[in-house]
Amino acid sequence: MKLKTLLAKHKSALISRWVDAIVETYPSETAKFLKSKKDQFSNPVGHTIVAETKNLFDQVLEGVDREKVTPFLDRIIRIRAIQEFTPSQAISFVFSLKYIIREVVGPEIDTEDLDQELVDLEATLDFMALVAFDIYMSCREQVYDIRAKEVQQNAFLLLKRANLLVEKPGPKPEDS
Amino acid sequence: MDTKPEFKPGNFLYAGKASALETVGLANPRDWSPTDDDWKLPADWKGIVREGMAERLQRFRSFKLFMDICVRCGACADKCHFFIGSGDPKNMPVLRAELIRSIYRGEMKTAGKILGKLAGGRKLTEDVIKEWFYYFYQCTECRRCSVFCPYGIDTAEITIIAREILNLLGTNIDWIASPVANCFMTGNHLGLKPHTFKENIEYLVDDIEEYAGVRIEPTFNRKGAEILFVTPSGDVFAEPGIYTLMGYLMLFEHIGLDYTWSTYASEGGNFGFFTSHEMMKRLNAKMYAESKRLGVKWILGGECGHMWRVVHQYMDTLNGPADWLEQPVSPLTGTRFENAASTKMVHITEFTADLIKNNKLKLDPSQNDHIIPTFHDSCNTSRGMGMLEEPRYVLNNVCNNFVDMAPQVIRENTFCCGSGSGLNAGEYLEMRFRGGLPRANAVKRVHEDHGVNMLSCVCAIDRAVFPALMDYWVPGVGVCGVSELVANALVMEGQGEREYNLRGEENPSYKPPAEDEASAEAGEEGEE
Repeated sequence: MKLKTLLAKHKSALISRWVDAIVETYPSETAKFLKSKKDQFSNPVGHTIVAETKNLFDQVLEGVDREKVTPFLDRIIRIRAIQEFTPSQAISFVFSLKYIIREVVGPEIDTEDLDQELVDLEATLDFMALVAFDIYMSCREQVYDIRAKEVQQNAFLLLKRANLLVEKPGPKPEDS
Repeated sequence: MDTKPEFKPGNFLYAGKASALETVGLANPRDWSPTDDDWKLPADWKGIVREGMAERLQRFRSFKLFMDICVRCGACADKCHFFIGSGDPKNMPVLRAELIRSIYRGEMKTAGKILGKLAGGRKLTEDVIKEWFYYFYQCTECRRCSVFCPYGIDTAEITIIAREILNLLGTNIDWIASPVANCFMTGNHLGLKPHTFKENIEYLVDDIEEYAGVRIEPTFNRKGAEILFVTPSGDVFAEPGIYTLMGYLMLFEHIGLDYTWSTYASEGGNFGFFTSHEMMKRLNAKMYAESKRLGVKWILGGECGHMWRVVHQYMDTLNGPADWLEQPVSPLTGTRFENAASTKMVHITEFTADLIKNNKLKLDPSQNDHIIPTFHDSCNTSRGMGMLEEPRYVLNNVCNNFVDMAPQVIRENTFCCGSGSGLNAGEYLEMRFRGGLPRANAVKRVHEDHGVNMLSCVCAIDRAVFPALMDYWVPGVGVCGVSELVANALVMEGQGEREYNLRGEENPSYKPPAEDEASAEAGEEGEE
């Protein structure tokens, strides 16, 4: 587990580079704003990116658990899922940590002979990317569900009066 | 500035239908889509834009000033909810305005005509029109940026003029054009005919009887009523607006108000405001004409956003003075509404606040104890008419758990819902989620910190769009009008057991009287 010790040592540099990599997926004027404004209300996107990359990095050090990592990934992906990104662009930030690790601690990985640990860690990141993909899809599905529901709500009373509303089928009462 | 927008499903609004444009005589009715290469602009479209711009520079001094005086200080840049949520720099108000300023310089100013880009000018092309369409239908005319501009530039007015010019070419959107046509022909956005409008309200009257045990008999088109009540038609058919409307009905019954509904002026909303000054005037005139026909003394208006902006900022010069009406005086409290001296129209929340202040309502706020509400200031009623205290006063009197959001996102600093100014179309949901992100983010904070479970508001568009926004960003937070919470707390004369709320759901705050009495007796015995 020498690699994780190494990553923990370089934690702030790695997180900072990771934040940069995510922020740079936006146009340059926007990236500047996302990094400069700290207020969570004035800059919710930048604030979320900074807060959740820290949480995600800790998860990487701990070993990625689907349940634990989901809320942190969700907060970033939920935003990117409805912004002007393709699906691959929306979740690409997970993979960028791989390159950042190689850039920042690559030489030390070589000198300490930590290649196998790196392969294992990259497999963990691949798993996190798969979780990210699931989250992205659930966000998109939610958008379509909400859109359908909104159509109904917008004409709720007219549909109700015309007897056009169908209740969602629930569990049938068991035969007594 | 030269990057062309890419129209993709979810990021553009459908084009205005030819039939809707024809109904109200708007220019260049045709079938087209923003994804088409050829937008079928009129033959002399460049001349139309130049003339349209020149005419408006002459007519609106504000527009002329706003074209000339921006020093690009950047104070507005990060204040737009669409910029914050989309990350698209052209949604910075300064850059959005630059889309039209650069044409103003390139086409109207000598330096720009000669020097082009060097003088900040560019030439009019079809791509410019496409870019205007894309970005001026991302601005919700909310005016948040104007609060921060040291020169007082109102970017909303720039958008208003840009949309007017786009309308001269027939490049408008269906979610505005069809409601305008329906409103003009039938009286409301959905085109509900008078009998349907009336039947819908009667249906809600039946629901009130079922859930609150009170029978209400509203009147329609009644000549000689003291007050005409006008509300956005969304309250008559959309969820959760219908519960707000049930709230109005119960409030008026509670105080015995002499009022009437109109099935002709059956819309408070005015999508003409998002089309042109002329269209705004035509639609606004209907409720005033109806007030004259019915012979009422003044008009009471429901929970609406832009209806109030039109009334407060434009009505008097559009269709005023309404000499046949009287300055509104509350028949219950005698309060003279000085702020409505000219428009003769009072907001329901001001009216309710005055009733509470004068102890005219019998209220049991504990009926709302299971609700922890926060309040969204509609851009139009806060920045547009300065109504900041009244909703909070009402909420604090009808609920025990009201929580405000952070100071930098409420009152005049409020973040838009992201769907105002006619952008609340279904096809635009993803873009609306971007625009609504800053507001939802602030709600999320009070939801997590204080357990807020209800977002209250005084605007029909808010009520229509927030359920979707909350579902996506802050699940577990419902949406309601302030008048619904008022009605929950009202103790109506002769009411039944309030075991159910106006939505027909069991009311967790309901306390059966028998149990109360039994426990009170047990308590007394215990004390003895």
